[in-house]
Amino acid sequence: MRHAITLTINGAAKTIEVDPSQLLVELLRDTLGLTGTHVGCDTSQCGACSVMVDGRAAKSCTMLAVQADGATVITIEGFAKGGQLHPLQAAFTKEHALQCGFCTPGMIISSADLLSRTPDPSEAEIRHALAGNLCRCTGYQNIVAAVKSAAAQMRQAPAAATAEARR
Amino acid sequence: MTATATPYIGSRVQRKEDPKLIKGEGIYTDDVTPPGTLHLALVRSPHAHARINKIDASAAKRQPGVVTVLTGADTAATGPLPCFITLPNLKSAKHFPIASDRARYSGDAVAVVVADSRRAAKAAAAMIEVEYEPLPVVIDARAAAAPGAPILHEELGTNIAYVYPVKGGDIDKAFREADVVIKHRIKNQRLIPNAIEPRSVVVRPDEGGGLTVWTSTQIPHFVQLITSLNLGLSQNKVRVIAPEVGGGFGSKLNVYAEELLAAFLAKTLGRPMKWTEERREGYLATIHGRDIVEDVELAAKKDGTITGLRIRGYANLGAYLQAFAPVIETVLHIFIIPGAYRIPAFDCEITGVYTNTTPTDAYRGAGRPEATYLIETTMNMLARELGIDQAEVRRRNFVPKTAFPYTTITTLAYDSGDYDQTLDKALAMADYAGFEKRRAEAKSRGMLRGIGLSSYVEICGLAPSKANHALGVGWGGYESARIRVHPTGAVQVFTGTSPHGQGHETSWSQIVADSFGISPDDIEVRHGDTFESPGMGVGTFGSRSLAVGGVAVHKAAEKLREKIKLIGAHMLEASPEDVVFEGGKVHVKGVPDKAKTFGEIVFQSYMAFNMPDGMEPGMEATYYYDPTNFTFPFGTHIAEVEIDPEVGTTKIVHYVACDDCGVQINPMIVEGQLQGGIVQGIGQALYEGAVYDDNGQLLSGSMMEYHVPTAADVPNVELSHTVTPSPVNPLGVKGIGEAGTIASTPAVVNAALDALGTLGIKTIDMPLTPERVWRAIKDATPKEVRK
Amino acid sequence: MISAEFAYQRPTTIQEAVKALAGAPDAKVLAGGHSLIPLIKLGLAQPSALVDIGRIASLREIKTAPPGVTLGALVTHERLATDPAITKAYTALADAAISVGDPQVRARGTIGGSLAHADPAADEPAAILAFDATIKAIGPKGERTIKAADFFRGTFETALAADEVLAEIQLPAQPARTGSAYVLFPHPASHFAVVGVAAVVTRSADGKIAKAAIAVTGASTRPFRAGAAERAFTGTGGDDAAVAKAAGLAAEGIEALEDLTASAEFRTHLLGVCTRRALNIALERAK
Repeated sequence: MRHAITLTINGAAKTIEVDPSQLLVELLRDTLGLTGTHVGCDTSQCGACSVMVDGRAAKSCTMLAVQADGATVITIEGFAKGGQLHPLQAAFTKEHALQCGFCTPGMIISSADLLSRTPDPSEAEIRHALAGNLCRCTGYQNIVAAVKSAAAQMRQAPAAATAEARR
Repeated sequence: MTATATPYIGSRVQRKEDPKLIKGEGIYTDDVTPPGTLHLALVRSPHAHARINKIDASAAKRQPGVVTVLTGADTAATGPLPCFITLPNLKSAKHFPIASDRARYSGDAVAVVVADSRRAAKAAAAMIEVEYEPLPVVIDARAAAAPGAPILHEELGTNIAYVYPVKGGDIDKAFREADVVIKHRIKNQRLIPNAIEPRSVVVRPDEGGGLTVWTSTQIPHFVQLITSLNLGLSQNKVRVIAPEVGGGFGSKLNVYAEELLAAFLAKTLGRPMKWTEERREGYLATIHGRDIVEDVELAAKKDGTITGLRIRGYANLGAYLQAFAPVIETVLHIFIIPGAYRIPAFDCEITGVYTNTTPTDAYRGAGRPEATYLIETTMNMLARELGIDQAEVRRRNFVPKTAFPYTTITTLAYDSGDYDQTLDKALAMADYAGFEKRRAEAKSRGMLRGIGLSSYVEICGLAPSKANHALGVGWGGYESARIRVHPTGAVQVFTGTSPHGQGHETSWSQIVADSFGISPDDIEVRHGDTFESPGMGVGTFGSRSLAVGGVAVHKAAEKLREKIKLIGAHMLEASPEDVVFEGGKVHVKGVPDKAKTFGEIVFQSYMAFNMPDGMEPGMEATYYYDPTNFTFPFGTHIAEVEIDPEVGTTKIVHYVACDDCGVQINPMIVEGQLQGGIVQGIGQALYEGAVYDDNGQLLSGSMMEYHVPTAADVPNVELSHTVTPSPVNPLGVKGIGEAGTIASTPAVVNAALDALGTLGIKTIDMPLTPERVWRAIKDATPKEVRK
Repeated sequence: MISAEFAYQRPTTIQEAVKALAGAPDAKVLAGGHSLIPLIKLGLAQPSALVDIGRIASLREIKTAPPGVTLGALVTHERLATDPAITKAYTALADAAISVGDPQVRARGTIGGSLAHADPAADEPAAILAFDATIKAIGPKGERTIKAADFFRGTFETALAADEVLAEIQLPAQPARTGSAYVLFPHPASHFAVVGVAAVVTRSADGKIAKAAIAVTGASTRPFRAGAAERAFTGTGGDDAAVAKAAGLAAEGIEALEDLTASAEFRTHLLGVCTRRALNIALERAK
């Protein structure tokens, strides 16, 4: 039996019929065409599928779409607002924190989750916060640098940053 | 068009690739789903070796959504999968996308389901009943080469695919005259590449009988070539697109079963086909890397001078030969084993063997990490044996700066180098002199601290076509580029390379920018589409893209640069010798105001009324660049580790590197390649290893078991560099894609062995798991008693 | 991708949940989903229906109800790791919770899910055992409580009946001078316990060990209390020799698991080390 769910995705409210066994990531990618969210594994290890669900990073391959009923979901496509990059997006470019780009959306989502709760994280805190996101290209060093750089940026404009992170 | 006089080569230009990728707008293969797409699911053998007696797909075929189910016999028209290598006496087994008589590894495909959804295909695949007759299994290369081993390919009569010897100098004399002989067995364990994007392929039949193929590959042109040859399609009817590719590391350097099957099915059924691998499926069906065991004997004088090196090894090829498999542990491995050292006598023989395991092929470094690991761990054993400092033993054997170009005992002609300089710089960065104090301090905390060096030389830029041919590589080693300057001055570069994270869009635009004196922002680099790029692009692997493909781009740009200069001179009514082309303008020498801009000249090339007589109109150039030699980057990496002897954990506490890849186009990208490569090499040293049981079942079958390092596992690395330009190419570049991986594995293991050496431990197998380290400590006869 | 089909219900009260479970044989309770969904994806669980208790608000609460603390089944690992009610008095549980998986998993995964799933290498069961917690289950016949010691029956097996919902975990009050710690030797990839040890120690006024609880996960087919070690440690002065002796007894009577990551011998060794380290931290915290 299919279930109608209502959720807000990147600011737009949607009501969609889903099958109970449909994963949230399948709803995003296959039904809604939001292909910026990626699938890199089948055992909840790689974090490429991370999206914001009610303000927190979640692995959308380990969530049923029906579980997101009523939720506010933000995918990487919803991060830049009105042509303005999120500070994390800008910092990832500036610090060369991506190569093939496949893990990048998930990395940005997890980093945003961290910064929404820990505005000035230490290197160790950043590394632990990203332990659920695998990258095979960068060796993580520049990702850590990007998160630090974005954090500094966001602390300078705390009001805007907070609004951004909770959006 | 922004004219500029600043050189872009050497500057940290921000990547052109990033804007779409950080916004989730990059299109990867699995993001492509043409209307009416059907989905494939492969049925894979659970047995590592079994005769296929019967396949009953009747129930599966009745499932809703299922279009058809095909077996090996039904799909034989795909033809075999390619191996591009021809070594002398190579015994090459037939390899079809779907096995028909017997399955030879756990994961070998035995049937394919085509259905209208991925789920329907998967569900139906689970309902197919296959009657297997299990056969004896052999997973170890040495065992498979021994008499009486179960034979995988009966038509070959043996599991031995090749025996590859390389000899030079008088090896018997070397051992006769040696004061000391170091013997040990070195294992480079089997690794799973783990590009974070799983493989994926989409094939759409086009009007007129053609096919458009989107695939996650490093070699779109080879996919095009094989698809067209095997399926009997004219090559112009097969368009292969490698869109964004989410990492490769060699694992996408093949023409895979699923690519050929999807193309065959799209052609025969007339519907778009799609297959995307699941990670656990990929662990079985995508190539593995490494897996070679070598017995090493190093002969040396008391002062540490090497006199000879003898090696006998067995490489595990898995069940079939993949695209480049036979060169990995031969050509790409043996020739570079001497590394940075003068070795007067050399005798190496590697036997490549079929086993009931997933096929192995190129994985980041491909043969060269194995070589560096071999020589660098052996150098440290020599140092320990003779009581010589590990830096000193290297210095005493280095090829000196004055000896370049230097021909090695294995006949490689090293282009340029200054090995002492990178070593000295790395030693200073690591505070090597102060290490013993840190070791003592760690000991007071109950920790074992060690420091390890790795001075590597790599072969890059695969390479001169003549060398490729002589070595058995069945294709040229050139790369292609085409530059099109539109009448408005807009510049498009089409490259034969196929990047998947390496930043070619950025680096290539820097190269062209300097030729034209314009900004990289005004240059678009396009890649990975066989209908756009020049007729043949060889692709991206073996750290070849810059030293071959980047130089091809440069050569094409220089052709146009010359043409611009000639037209400019003509427009200025000056002789070509009297003008200069700089800062985006051609002007008369000493008269900067008397100038024609890049845009004006390009426009004139299309108006074509005011050009030198006989000159071809337009502004477009193609260049196929075939280098005269390989390039040989080098450097020294130093790792410092602490081992908790109680539980066997190894932590990298400091890591420094000084690398020389010749001229750097974009230092930011160079550093990124190194950082990622180093972590991948650390993965091999400490964490990664594919493990089979005796029945050929992959025990490390998912990311839950196989540990890909996370951010929390690895340190920051400190990088520096020297620049010794390569004389081989006009840019002076060498290559950097694999150096980090090549260098870091032995640096980390040498550091661990330096720490463990205080307990008398001489060797340890990778990965250095806590249990292995703990056991080594437990079994050691301590030279000193720990408190 | 999930190949199997199943029905889905999302009750808003526990009573409705119990009813839904009763109405669907082979139904499974879905909480955060971070244990169950991976199993379904791998085809290792094939429920006919999922009863999603995720919206039952009362199950999200941490109630400080002297003399103890009651945890709703839906309390997340992350909350356990950070809520002062847990980090102060039940530090070993907070330690265990922060050891679970990764940040995304901790933010959605729940204590109830972890306990009901009963992975023999899960972190929190060790702490639950060490604190002598009680588990409240609600089924068609009403409520019942199950002692933690009776709850874990085997690998993925608990005392919970198929028609019961794990509703709450009651943590008894801890006496003064109690300290606790959980020390984990993690699997590098899965982050599950190769060995994890939760230790809870209470000193008496004279400094002697009045009570010691040592619970182990990862080492055997189910989490267990290291009785011999506890008995040996109780009554001692908690000195290094006593700690070492207890650590040496932690594996008494069990047959350690053996897998790719650790042989039985190494696991047994790790169990001793983790026990010693956990006891030392717990003692430090008991001051």
